[in-house]
Formats: sequence, C-alpha cells, structure tokens
Amino acid sequence: MTTRNPQLNRNGELTHLLTLEGLPAEVITHILDTAEPFVSIAEREVKKVPLLRGKAVFNLFFENSTRTRTTFEIAAKRLSADVINLNIGASSTAKGETLLDTVDNLCAMNADMFVVRHAQSGAPHLIAAHLDAMSRTHVHVVNAGDGRHAHPTQGLLDLYTIRHYKRDFRALTVAIVGDVLHSRVARSLIHGLTTMQTPRVRVIAPRTLLPTRVEALGVEVHTDMREGLRDCDVVVMLRLQSERMRGALLPSAGEYFKQYGLTLDKLALARRDAIVMHPGPMNRGVEIDSPVADGERSVILPQVTFGIAVRMAVLSIVASS
Amino acid sequence: MKRDALPDAEAALVALVERMAGAIAKDAALVGIYSGGAWLAERLAKRLPGPHPLGFIDVSYYRDDYALSGLKPNTRRTTLPFDVEGATIVLVDDVLYTGRSVRAAVNELFDFGRPHRIELAVLIDRGGRELPIEANYVGARVAVPRDTTVVLSRDPGGTLSLGIEPLRGVA
Repeated sequence: MTTRNPQLNRNGELTHLLTLEGLPAEVITHILDTAEPFVSIAEREVKKVPLLRGKAVFNLFFENSTRTRTTFEIAAKRLSADVINLNIGASSTAKGETLLDTVDNLCAMNADMFVVRHAQSGAPHLIAAHLDAMSRTHVHVVNAGDGRHAHPTQGLLDLYTIRHYKRDFRALTVAIVGDVLHSRVARSLIHGLTTMQTPRVRVIAPRTLLPTRVEALGVEVHTDMREGLRDCDVVVMLRLQSERMRGALLPSAGEYFKQYGLTLDKLALARRDAIVMHPGPMNRGVEIDSPVADGERSVILPQVTFGIAVRMAVLSIVASS
Repeated sequence: MKRDALPDAEAALVALVERMAGAIAKDAALVGIYSGGAWLAERLAKRLPGPHPLGFIDVSYYRDDYALSGLKPNTRRTTLPFDVEGATIVLVDDVLYTGRSVRAAVNELFDFGRPHRIELAVLIDRGGRELPIEANYVGARVAVPRDTTVVLSRDPGGTLSLGIEPLRGVA
C-alpha cells in the first residue's frame, strides 16, 4: 500500500501544512511566489483583501507564543477572515477534554481552519488525520510549531527571506548556529534548504546542542564557529533558551557568547555581503551581539514582515484546495 | 478556430485612442488590469496626449470565483504610483464580458482610497454582461459564441493580436 502525503489532497494540492519534510520543491516555490504580492498589501490604505471573507480561522495555541500567534492573526485578518484566538492551556484541556474532542467542538462551531501550536510533536498531524477520518476535507490545519518537530511557516519565511536577498538557493552556503537540538525552526529550515537544493548547509554548535545523527539531515557539522562561518552567504542564529543553561548542557551564558555568540568580529569571516537572520525573540549578548543585530547586514525585522505575507500565502493556498 | 469574427487588435486600438483623445480628463490616471489591460494601458499612455499617470492592477484577490478556481499562479503586485484619493481613473481592460473583473477592480481601487471618478475603457466589448457595468470607451464590439474566450496576445515586437479559444474554467 502506498501512503499518501497527509498534507496533499488527491489532486496533489496543499490542504494542510504540517511539515516541510517531504514537501515537493514545486509546492514550496508556489508558496513563496504567492507570498510575494502579499507583501505590498501592508502599504495600502486598507490593509486587507477579501480572499478569505466569511472564513473562520481558529488559533489553537496549546503553548504560548505571542509573536507567532499575532502574525497568524494579522495574516488571517488581512485576508478578511474571522479570527478566534483560543488559549487552550488555560481552558478546556485543564478541565480534562481531549485534543480531538476540542477539535470536534470547534468544528461544530463551523471552523474552516485550525492554526495549531502544541508542545507535543505530532499534534497537528493527529488533528489533520482525525479531520480526514471524519471526512471533514473542507477543514484545514496549519502547524504553528509542534514540540521539537517542525515549524513550517517559520522555515518558509526564512526561505522567503533568503530568496529575497540571495535569489538562487543553488549557489549558497548557509550556516545555522546554536541550539539545533531543541530547535524545530532549525529542523524545518534544514529540510526546506535541502529540498531547494542548497549545496552547503552547515550547523554550528557545541556537541551537547546537536542531535546525535544530525549529519543524516544532509548538513556539515562544525563545533568551531570561526571555521563554520567561513564564506557563508547566510547566517541564521538560533535563540538560546535560558533553561538550557540550567540543564547542564552549557557552562554559562558568558562562555556560550564567547564561543558561539555572533559578533562583528566573527561575522567578518563570512562573505562580505552575508545576511544575518534570527527567528526571534533574540537574547542580545547571549547568541547575538547588539552591533550585529542592529547592523546593516541584519534582516531580522524584514523577516517579521515577510512572515505575515508567507502566512497569508499558506492560509489562502490551503483554503482554496 | 474561426477568426474572421474578430477585428484586428491594432485597428481596434487606433479606434479606442480616437474615442479617448480629448474625452478623458487631462490628468486622468490610466490603470490597466493584468495582463491584457496592462499592455493596452502602456500603449494608451504613449498615444494619448498627456502625461497620464500609469498604474497596474491584479484583481486575483478580489474575484468572486476564488472559491471555485483558487488563486491563479503568478499573481502580480498591484502598483498605483499616484494618490488614488480624489483621482480621476480610467480602468483599461482587453475584453469586457460578464463585468466581474471590472467589479473586482473597482472594489480593489477603493481599498487604496476614494477616487473622484472611475471610467472604463476596453479594446473589445463582446456583450454578455452579468452585472450592471458598461464601458465609457470601446475599441470594437464583437459577437462571439458564449462558450468561447477572446484572448489578447502580444508578440515579442509588441504587436497586439486577438484570438478565440474554447472556454476554460470561469470567465
């Protein structure tokens, strides 16, 4: 028996966005191309188009994330959808309702789309499989981050940003620096970059912050940051969560900054026109130095702007499948 | 496909220029609807005594058939490099048929501001309206079967031509 990619419908159209792993390059390119004209909608007098008018988008955030929830909310509102934000952690689940019962209840309220953030890897897959099993094929799921597994819209906005500044993935060297072990952002970006045929993807981190078989993802591994940054076109810094410091994975924030913090001095080893990215929220003085974060090669704020357009593209594509 | 029902596109453009010259406001902006209308707006901007500000509009996000046919690939960026608020605008399209593209374009213009006046110029009017919309300036009127699409093409040298094709999807 052949297993169908659960993200694609029978016509091969994107109906849920769950992960970038296994997503065909044509689908990724289609999302990035669709996002491009959406960027300019923010410059209009009325920052809205009527594409999803009358659709109900439910933001199901089982785990907190102000930024991701806000950008999804803005994206849905710019498409004229109705947005309902549910802070599930504080409501139904606490009263003992299962995830799928929550979903069924919201379907009974005529939900058209679920944007799901969950601490458990695979939760959005579970919801998508459940909707398919119930023949609710007109309801769509977008993964807004699940456990350590995936954060596909962040990966897509990173790809959009890289393509915007560097055009062709097939000529690039990209370094991802920091806590790759706990990062769904890194995982999604690595899958996206390899699908788009980026020849050199490097991860730079201490061994304690790298997954055991990280090479199997098709990346070069560097534990020496100076060596890893050499000739890079793109440097993606990852957030170092403060709890990692307490978990004995690292000696101290100061020590980490010395070895793996991005300073102007270290950035000078990358190509002269290299761009610096960060998914936010950033820790100044831990993984990135202020002169780099605020410097002319930083594209951290454009990433946020592009993120809204990319999420608009994803929502409108799955809604029309 | 039968082509004799259709006029020559360049001749229809000459007729359209004649009807618009002296009739449109001196400061009217020309806004072409992608893609055929955009080519025409460029040509009109060169031929009409001006200067007329030139803009382009992609109505994909405003169409009423989105739920039926989804987003077309290669949606282009709407660019209106003038202040829409208070402007006199002539929308330019290649073929006027059901009126749905024009409805979408008018709605989109209003999301950029409140124009003083909007007029409509089309190369071809083929009748068959489904909305109360009429053109102010028409290059040529034609009668073609309902199950066909009239298509404007542009060759690499910039010369325009009209063709007729079987209907694909929603007009």
